[in-house]
Order: sequence, then C-alpha cells, then structure tokens
Amino acid sequence: MQQRDSVFYTIAVATVLCVVCSLAVSSAAVALRPRQEENKRLDRQRNILDASGLAMGEFGISAGKLTRKQIDELYSRVSEELVDLETGQYNTDLDKKEYDPREAVDKLDMSIAIENPEFDLGEQRREKVARVFFVKKPGDDRIQQVVLPIYGKGLWSTLYGYLALKSDLETIEGLTFYEHGETPGLGGEVDNPSWKAQWVGQKLFNEQGEPAAMVFKGPAPPGDPYAVDGLSGATITCRGVTNLIRYWASDDGYGSFLDKLKDQIAAAAPDNDSPNNDSTNNDSNEEDK
Amino acid sequence: MASSKVKDVLFGPVVDNNPIALQILGICSALAVTTKMETSVVMAVAVVFVTAFSNLAVSAIRHYIPSSIRIIVQMVVIASLVIVVDQLLKAYFFDISKQLSVFVGLIITNCIVMGRAEGFAMKNTPGISFIDGIGNGLGYGFVLLTVAFFRELFGSGSLFGIELLPLTRNGGWYNPNNLMLLPPSAFFLIGFMIWAIRAFKPEQIEEA
Repeated sequence: MQQRDSVFYTIAVATVLCVVCSLAVSSAAVALRPRQEENKRLDRQRNILDASGLAMGEFGISAGKLTRKQIDELYSRVSEELVDLETGQYNTDLDKKEYDPREAVDKLDMSIAIENPEFDLGEQRREKVARVFFVKKPGDDRIQQVVLPIYGKGLWSTLYGYLALKSDLETIEGLTFYEHGETPGLGGEVDNPSWKAQWVGQKLFNEQGEPAAMVFKGPAPPGDPYAVDGLSGATITCRGVTNLIRYWASDDGYGSFLDKLKDQIAAAAPDNDSPNNDSTNNDSNEEDK
Repeated sequence: MASSKVKDVLFGPVVDNNPIALQILGICSALAVTTKMETSVVMAVAVVFVTAFSNLAVSAIRHYIPSSIRIIVQMVVIASLVIVVDQLLKAYFFDISKQLSVFVGLIITNCIVMGRAEGFAMKNTPGISFIDGIGNGLGYGFVLLTVAFFRELFGSGSLFGIELLPLTRNGGWYNPNNLMLLPPSAFFLIGFMIWAIRAFKPEQIEEA
C-alpha cells in the first residue's frame, strides 16, 4: 500500500487515465462529427421549410416529420445568399457553405454592436453578414418568398427563428422559432402551431414603411393587420418577439437589403403590378447595382 | 444466494433504497427535464448507461487507484462517459438532445453517479458494480418517469407528445395547469412520492 500512494505512482496512474479517457472522448467526437453536421444541416433545412410553409403546403405535415428524401426534394427549391446587412448588397467574398453567422457574432471584426433603444433586442452584438434564403417554384426563376434568420432575447433565453416574407416583402408568410429556452407551456408556446398560424398574412410594415408587426397583450383586435394574440402568462417573451421582429425588419436589420431586393424583384417582373401601392417605398428609388 | 443478491442490487434502488426518494440525491435534473415523458426517458437511459459503465470502470481499476486522487479519477471516468453519451445523442437523437441541452452534460455533476462510484464500486467487483449502476439508474429513471407522467399529462394534456386531454387553446375542454410545467411542481410531486413510498414502507422514515 505504501507504493500505491507514492507520488510517482499517483502521477503515472493519472497520466494513463487521462490518455485513455481523452482517446475515448476524442475518437467519439471525431467519429460522430459527420453525422452531427448532417443533423444540423437537416435541422436548419427543416426549420426553413417550416417557416416558409412549404412542408405544410406540399405534404400537409410539419417538416419535423418529413423523411430525408422529401426534405432534399423540397429544399431544392430553396437557395441561399449571404447579405451584407449595412449595404444590403450580396456578399460574395465569404464562403457560402462554410460561413456561420452564429460564430461571426462572437468575432469582433465580423459583428457590430447593437445600439437601438427603439427596438431593444436584448443582445449585445449582431453579425455583419447574414445568410438569407430564397424560395422559388420549380422551373420558375422568380422569387416567391424570402426567409430571414432572426433572433433576440425573450425571458430566459435568446430565441432563434426564421421569418418568411411573401414576394411583396411586406406580408408575413410564416414565422418559426427553432431554438429557445422559454418556459414550456408559457413562453414556450411560441412553438404552438395554432399561434404561429396567426402570423400568416400579417403585415410586417405599416403604411409609413415602419416595422409594425407585433404581439398584442391579450387577444389581438379583430382584423388588425399587424397584431397577433399575446400568449397568456408570457408577457416578456411576447415583448421580446415584438422587439426582435421589429429590430430585424428595421434599417438596422434587413431594411436596406429588403429595399434592394424589392427593386430586384420589380426588375425581374416589370409587367407585374405591384400588389401594394405604398407610396413611401417608391421614394427610395435606388439604381440597380 | 448469488442470484438473490443480484436481484437486491438491481431492484433495491428502485423502491427500497431509491436514490432520489430516500437519499434525496440528483434532484436538480429531476426538476429540469421532467416536463415531458420523451426527454425523461432519454435522460433516464443516459443516466443508467453512465452509472452502469462508470461503476464498471471504477470497479475494474479500484485496486490501482491511489486513494489521494480517487475522487478525481472517478470524476474523469464519469466525465468522459458523459461526453461520449452527449456525442451519441447529438448524432442519433438530435431533436431530443436539443431539448435536453445542458442537462446531459450535467449528468457529470449528478450526485447519484459519483455516489455509487465512491460508495459501491470502490468496494465491490466489476460485475456486481455494473448491476448496481443499472439499479440506481433505474431508481432515478422511475422517479423521473413518474414525475414526468403527471407533469406532462396535467401540464400539457399529453403523454409522449400524444394529446390525451384536448386543450382549450386547441378547441378542447382541458385547461392545462401551468404550474405543472414549472420546476416547483416537480418538488411537490417528488414530495408526494416520498410520502407514498414511506406510507408503504414505514422503515424508511428517519428518526425525528
């Protein structure tokens, strides 16, 4: 027993144990990495298909229940672009496949501080370049929908989600949160399909072109184009959802990108009457890049 | 005699010597993951796995562990196993691992796992230690599932995500009890369970 407690023996045992355990942990991590990456990719695609309503529209079930083949088939209608949020231009310098906006938030040179008391996001920084998604019909090059990643603080956690807009860029096609830590049954009801369905067809901007979509406190007034019912017992989560939608719709968020995209869509379909005769948006007649 | 000992070690911790109900260990995760049956099942399986294999490993090397660093050695073994389990869940049960989030990692700090490694595996052979790990994991899982059954049924009107009591917000008649979805309800339920168990087994009541 003397020998078992000697310094040399103790260090030797500790060393051997560390090597064995680190081998086990690292080989598990390396061996399972491809599967985990694949899961993450599928998960992201599922969320986009849910937000855009494609899964419901085509198969009548939420994307979580689709097989991988069905997801691949549906997702072939979705294309991705990176967008510089400040200028609203497409970013072609970064690798579209490798770039991760969530990682960029933590890098000082790839993110900016958020200073906007009007729409309090609760987050400190946001990425400079965002990844946006376009939904098209098969064989038709016109953009049907644009899906924008959004996030912001609720009560306990940051809510991460997607906001899908119809091609007029003012009407909401769908809203979904794929990651949050809100109280199940209260704030966690942002996942409830019947609550999410209320967003479909709501207006994101008011007639002055300002972000106006909101979660009402209590039942929303009937026929209100901007407000949806509040979730009972989840005041702070609801306020967070209102803030984060308005922040990302504002000029600090996707505002300049949406202006540019509006011109792009109008240029692609010159014979199409604008579904909205919103005068304020015609003022900002920028030249196409 | 040998088989009766195995049975004792395996099923003893489920009711007679339940790690949560009698020893009041591992409460933290029992509060956090029991809002749904599905997450509770996965959590219970993960804890059974970790307790069983950490007991096995610690017991197998118990004669080589210097007593001055034995707690650290147990910790390293447990932590490695938990990370492997976490990686497996992320690869094969992605949705559930997202819901369990940090609580899989927190199995490392679950007092049950370490308690069994120090209290049982250091003194017994690998085979029986392995069984003891499974038994204690089952004891933990039993409490988890019971609590989750009531919390999901009365908090969300469903079991395993299948709606049994149609909710008013979806056009049914059942108005869910939101308290059930908050952590304090697990305290109440565990309290009721301990009461029930001790009513049947008065020998568990501590001397006042």
